Amino acid sequence: MTDFPILTTITVLPALGALALLFFPKESEKGQKLFALLVTLVTFILSIPIYFNFDANTSAFQFVERYSWIEALGANYYVGIDGISLFMVLLTTFLSPLIILSSWTAIRKSVKGFLVSMLLLETGMLGVFISLDLLLFYVFWEAMLIPMYFIIGIWGGERRIYAAVKFFIYTMVGSLLMLVALIVMYLYVGRETGNYTFDYLVFREYLLPAGLQTWLFLAFGLSFAIKVPIFPFHTWLPDAHVEAPTAGSVVLAGVLLKMGTYGFLRFCLPLFPNASSQFAPLISILAVIGILYGAWVAMVQPDMKKLVAYSSVSHLGFVMLGIFTFTHQGLQGGLIQMVNHGLSTGALFLIVGMIYERRHTRLIADFGGLAKQLPIFTTFFMIVTLSSIGLPGLNGFIGEFLVLLGAFQTNQILTVFAASGVIFAAVYMLWMFRRVMFGPVTHEENKTLTDLNLREITVLVPIVIFIVWIGVWAQPFLGKMETSVDNLIRLVDAKKTAVLQMNDQHMWARGDK
Amino acid sequence: MNTATALSTIDWVPVAPFIALSVLGFLIMLIGLYFPRIYRETLGTIALIGLAITFFLVLQNWGGPRYAFSNTIVGDKFSTVFNGLFVIGAALTILLSLNSQENRYVLYADYFTVIIFATAGMVLMSAGTHLLTIFLGLETLSIALYVLAGFRRENEFSLESAFKYFLLGAFASGFLLYGIAFVYGATGSAEIQAVTQWIQQNGLTGSWMLPVGFLLLFIGLGFKLAIFPFHMWAPDVYQGAPTPISAFMATGSKAAAFAALLRIAVGTQSYAALGWEQVLWIIAVASMTVGNIIALRQDNIKRMLAYSSIAHAGYILVGFIANNELGHSGMLFYLLSYTFMNIGAFGVISYLSTADHEFVTLQDMRGLAYRRPFAAIAMAVFMFSLAGIPPTAGFISKFYIFSAAVKAGYVWLVILGVINSMISLYYYLGVIVQMFMSATDEKAPVPAAQQPAVALALVVSIFAVLGLGIFPSRWLAVFMEMARSFI
Repeated sequence: MTDFPILTTITVLPALGALALLFFPKESEKGQKLFALLVTLVTFILSIPIYFNFDANTSAFQFVERYSWIEALGANYYVGIDGISLFMVLLTTFLSPLIILSSWTAIRKSVKGFLVSMLLLETGMLGVFISLDLLLFYVFWEAMLIPMYFIIGIWGGERRIYAAVKFFIYTMVGSLLMLVALIVMYLYVGRETGNYTFDYLVFREYLLPAGLQTWLFLAFGLSFAIKVPIFPFHTWLPDAHVEAPTAGSVVLAGVLLKMGTYGFLRFCLPLFPNASSQFAPLISILAVIGILYGAWVAMVQPDMKKLVAYSSVSHLGFVMLGIFTFTHQGLQGGLIQMVNHGLSTGALFLIVGMIYERRHTRLIADFGGLAKQLPIFTTFFMIVTLSSIGLPGLNGFIGEFLVLLGAFQTNQILTVFAASGVIFAAVYMLWMFRRVMFGPVTHEENKTLTDLNLREITVLVPIVIFIVWIGVWAQPFLGKMETSVDNLIRLVDAKKTAVLQMNDQHMWARGDK
Repeated sequence: MNTATALSTIDWVPVAPFIALSVLGFLIMLIGLYFPRIYRETLGTIALIGLAITFFLVLQNWGGPRYAFSNTIVGDKFSTVFNGLFVIGAALTILLSLNSQENRYVLYADYFTVIIFATAGMVLMSAGTHLLTIFLGLETLSIALYVLAGFRRENEFSLESAFKYFLLGAFASGFLLYGIAFVYGATGSAEIQAVTQWIQQNGLTGSWMLPVGFLLLFIGLGFKLAIFPFHMWAPDVYQGAPTPISAFMATGSKAAAFAALLRIAVGTQSYAALGWEQVLWIIAVASMTVGNIIALRQDNIKRMLAYSSIAHAGYILVGFIANNELGHSGMLFYLLSYTFMNIGAFGVISYLSTADHEFVTLQDMRGLAYRRPFAAIAMAVFMFSLAGIPPTAGFISKFYIFSAAVKAGYVWLVILGVINSMISLYYYLGVIVQMFMSATDEKAPVPAAQQPAVALALVVSIFAVLGLGIFPSRWLAVFMEMARSFI
């Protein structure tokens, strides 16, 4: 069983599903949806054993597969996961069926195209998280843009074209600079070691000189920073979120943004440790600005979806802050917060989508007093809201607490500011909740709204289960990532010192002359 | 000397592709004369079979080098790869031309004959080891293309296209011929091997005539490459010419000019010695920038593709500037990918156009995905590939070329190339936006009915673009081997 190429299977399966969908007759929309749901469900079920077979005692990559891909360049099809990517993979496979289910009635225009895009997107996202070959990573990283571009541009709202093109071009600008950096690194390491390869592990072992690290970090970092997005590179996000269909927003918030933070964890930190610690203060400050700025802007949004979008900027600020503390708690907090944000914000977008489907508006002012009409909806909305603001006992608390704990060890003042972000989050979320749910019913249309149906409940229940689970007993999650996180911190430290010594030796040699 | 013995000592393998193409061309011409009412599909099939045979003969030259006709023609890995490319390009062009609507009034036998002769010209350009052979190839190609560009005789743009191309082409040929004369004057030979030897012995500075000769040669080929500042003709010519011919010019003719450029500049090892990298650097950047920026403003997709082809020539030139194995094999890979994606993109236009309406503006494309999903998806694949986005061939091509340039130390050139890729993204996405994200116009023209031959060309191109993008390994290895044998 251990030799079974499980990672390839779950990655390729959605793409094969997409291919099969192309041959479905156009009219059979229901059949297409059921088939897509089945494919994503099977993918999820296949991915569950990965969790149980994952050995938490080693930081080495597991479920590794390696085949030759482009021999002339030394690029391989090389995949595997460790404690850092494990939950990203699971989050992706977990959310995908829910997303398909959530768009059951919302998508009316060319259903087949939508499902095909979604399935291809899942393949792309999984590919990003499992790639251990940098060229392969880059291919997935870029290729994934195409389906997302179509999802926003075809099934989005009124200004969808603007949002889609902006999304694509912003992300591409970052990616192309990363491509140049990737080529430079590939050739540099190849020249020095005589081994031209895109193997991640080779780069991870190799000590790049500090000067080169700075440039490479900037190029890789910019690409990831746009994706996260870190303030001030976030302007594409509200547009993309607001215009995207619900399913698109969920994928975007749930998984796509995590690719940015994942990129920092996987590439920037271990490959450019000196540059990372050099830029850590700057990035921490930007992260805190993002936390506060996102929260403040969210507070004044009249549109629920835009509010949630800006709250993403704020939440991801926490993740970035945690990662760049280089502490055990900070990194673990950042990682778990990535999962949390995927669940909570994903669920928030789903909820906003559900109410939009009923009322065709997302303006907070158009609602009020929904609690009486929609008891089930209210319950879910409440749980998710509380999770998003980090109430103890729900998942958000664990992540933010760990991040702040880590940050406190490195910079107290910043931590104070960051912590105030938690309060602001409570302000904008609860304020929105009050305005939408409580008070008198001011609009006639709201009196006839129907509560959630079975399908919608089915979508939300699994997410809520995990929201509570992580909040109450996070050990099954934290335990699996512990060794990898520790190893990453050790590696960063060791490489940092080694590179500094290397520089000293150079200087020594020069002084000797 | 006895003629019979002279013939028997000739190595026929290197010349076989050229002879096959010539025979094929005459055969089709004669068939057209004797059976004027023959179906164009039959003629097309004959042409395709002939091209398949030629392709087989081309492959026999892998290895070498084998010289023939007093060292004026060679069969080596270089010519094999390029000739293979030309034959593929010609075959796709013929498939596109089997368009039942657009070229209703065209005389197919003549038309196919001229395409085949143009291909024969290209073959001479890549296999020629004597400057005059190369010139002969260039002229055969050019004259054929003048005729082809003007083939839509009822259309004034087509006539303008042919005439413009003819005037500038003749001008460029003049430069080339003058360049050959200078090289001959300096070295006493126009044979590439002899020129190389002369340079090795005397150096490039031995005579002022030699650099001048190379400059003139470069200008002459520059027109064919449509690189800045010799690019002015391209948009008008591509716009007016029949669509399959525009595709043929943008891919095959460009590749042939690159073949000649490589053969002359790198084959004689004069490129490294001349030290013109700085100038070429500027030309490459200017080609990319001018092409991409003007393409942003185009409403006519054929014109847009023309400007984009100027930009792509700039990218390919980056590989030439890098002047290493990676760069030369990257050029080949790029040209091969470009052949598929560009013929594909022109092919979609051809696929949709009718005799009354050329389906060529962005407005025509509005909502195409809902009217003709296959055409829209095909176009999207080609646009993404032209923009250089994985997992398409366009990405691997750019990646390869840029790697070569970084390896040779041209980091800034690559950064400017990358910035250019970003600019180009905007107009390639523009086509996709119109096809997928805009609603169909009420007054939108009706696209042509199903056209199996063109569809076949599109399917082949899609598979090639994705195949080269996802599994490039084998081809890169072949081109690498070619590049190694070449230097």
